[in-house]
Amino acid sequence: MLRVEVTKQLGEFSLEASFTSEGRVTGLFGASGAGKSSLINMIAGLLRPDRGVITLDGETLDDTSTGAHVPPHRRRIGYVFQDARLFPHLDVRQNLDYGRRMNDLAEDPAQHARITDLLDIGGLLDRRPGKLSGGERQRVALGRALLSKPRLLLMDEPLGSLDEGRKVEILPYLIRLRDEGIPMVYVSHDAAELRQLATQIVMLRNGRVTALGGVKVLTGSTPA
Amino acid sequence: MFDISPTEWTAILLSLRVAIIATLVATPFGIALAWLLARHNFWGKSILDALVHLPLVLPPVVTGYLLLLTFGRRGMVGAWLADNLGIVFAFRWTGAALACGVMSFPLLVRPIRLSIEAIDRRLEQASSTLGAAPWQVFATVTLPLALPGILAGMVLGFAKAIGEFGATITFVSNIPGETQTISSAIYSLIQTPDGDRAAGRLVLISIVIAMGALIASEWFARRATQRLHGN
Repeated sequence: MLRVEVTKQLGEFSLEASFTSEGRVTGLFGASGAGKSSLINMIAGLLRPDRGVITLDGETLDDTSTGAHVPPHRRRIGYVFQDARLFPHLDVRQNLDYGRRMNDLAEDPAQHARITDLLDIGGLLDRRPGKLSGGERQRVALGRALLSKPRLLLMDEPLGSLDEGRKVEILPYLIRLRDEGIPMVYVSHDAAELRQLATQIVMLRNGRVTALGGVKVLTGSTPA
Repeated sequence: MFDISPTEWTAILLSLRVAIIATLVATPFGIALAWLLARHNFWGKSILDALVHLPLVLPPVVTGYLLLLTFGRRGMVGAWLADNLGIVFAFRWTGAALACGVMSFPLLVRPIRLSIEAIDRRLEQASSTLGAAPWQVFATVTLPLALPGILAGMVLGFAKAIGEFGATITFVSNIPGETQTISSAIYSLIQTPDGDRAAGRLVLISIVIAMGALIASEWFARRATQRLHGN
């Protein structure tokens, strides 16, 4: 279970959000500028709240009243960024293996084979990120995050930088991933995308949570 | 023309040794400082930045004299190092290496700093979400991506070190076989009757070394760009 109760001032913009989530895929829905990325960055530990608490499965990740802050590398929370952020100096195989090496995990060829199969990236292993298409890059980024064996997976508009054709190409992989059972927080401004993926919705507008609940809350909503 | 005399050889080899040691010892400090200047804001940063660049704008004779005052046998640091660690800089080739290291330091730091500033910090964030501790982020992302800049800085620093004259001769004098580098050998030769030919040879050699270093530095800079684009 993920519990978030934070406030953060970013220049003129103020974010004040609280929600708890038991759902397998929590969709953070809102227009750009609603505070979705700041919120997800706080869950990842990349941004510290001014005030508030973040807990995951009973473990306190942030608590400003006690000064507790678990740094990102100790959270075991995977993050798939909109812009993939593959390491340009490593090939696909090394990118995929990166999280395992950093966490000192034993090699797990079965898991590796399963993930590369699931995402159809077995044929890309020897390529450099610069030689991949946008969709391939995003799939490798997914695989890289999964292979670090996170207990929660954050996705910040993973389809945002792709054109319609590519979105259709990636979406089935995301649905497969959801059915793997790893909890996810999925950020999007696209209601249709969330209707297919999310099991629970947190709607954000101007830094405030305006609705919470099942995908039904998306009905009739435009991210204005 | 190309009969290089033993004295000249000694000067050439000494120059190479001094410049190589100066560059190798200065590089870790250069990386640390470049990273500090590129990535951190702290009180006194502009003073530190100015201090690093000081050898570039001070008259070399002043830098040499300051080194003599600090690292000479009676200098505060020099006396302590000699008494406690047995390291002596005054009138030794090690002193020449120190002078060259200090003089070339600004040129070493600059390309490293620029290459660290050019690194996309979001890659470092990605690295930390994958479980890398800050030192691992530095070792596996920052350092490899800055490597071409580091090599370019080392080449430039080396080229500067091998040509250094003013601070070296002020600090450790011009002793053949110990502190007489190519530059100070040229200086001695052109003050000697009939020294022109020998001076000419050494001039040619220093031009070749400097050109080679600049071409190598260009090549590393190009590699840096390719690397950051992941091709």
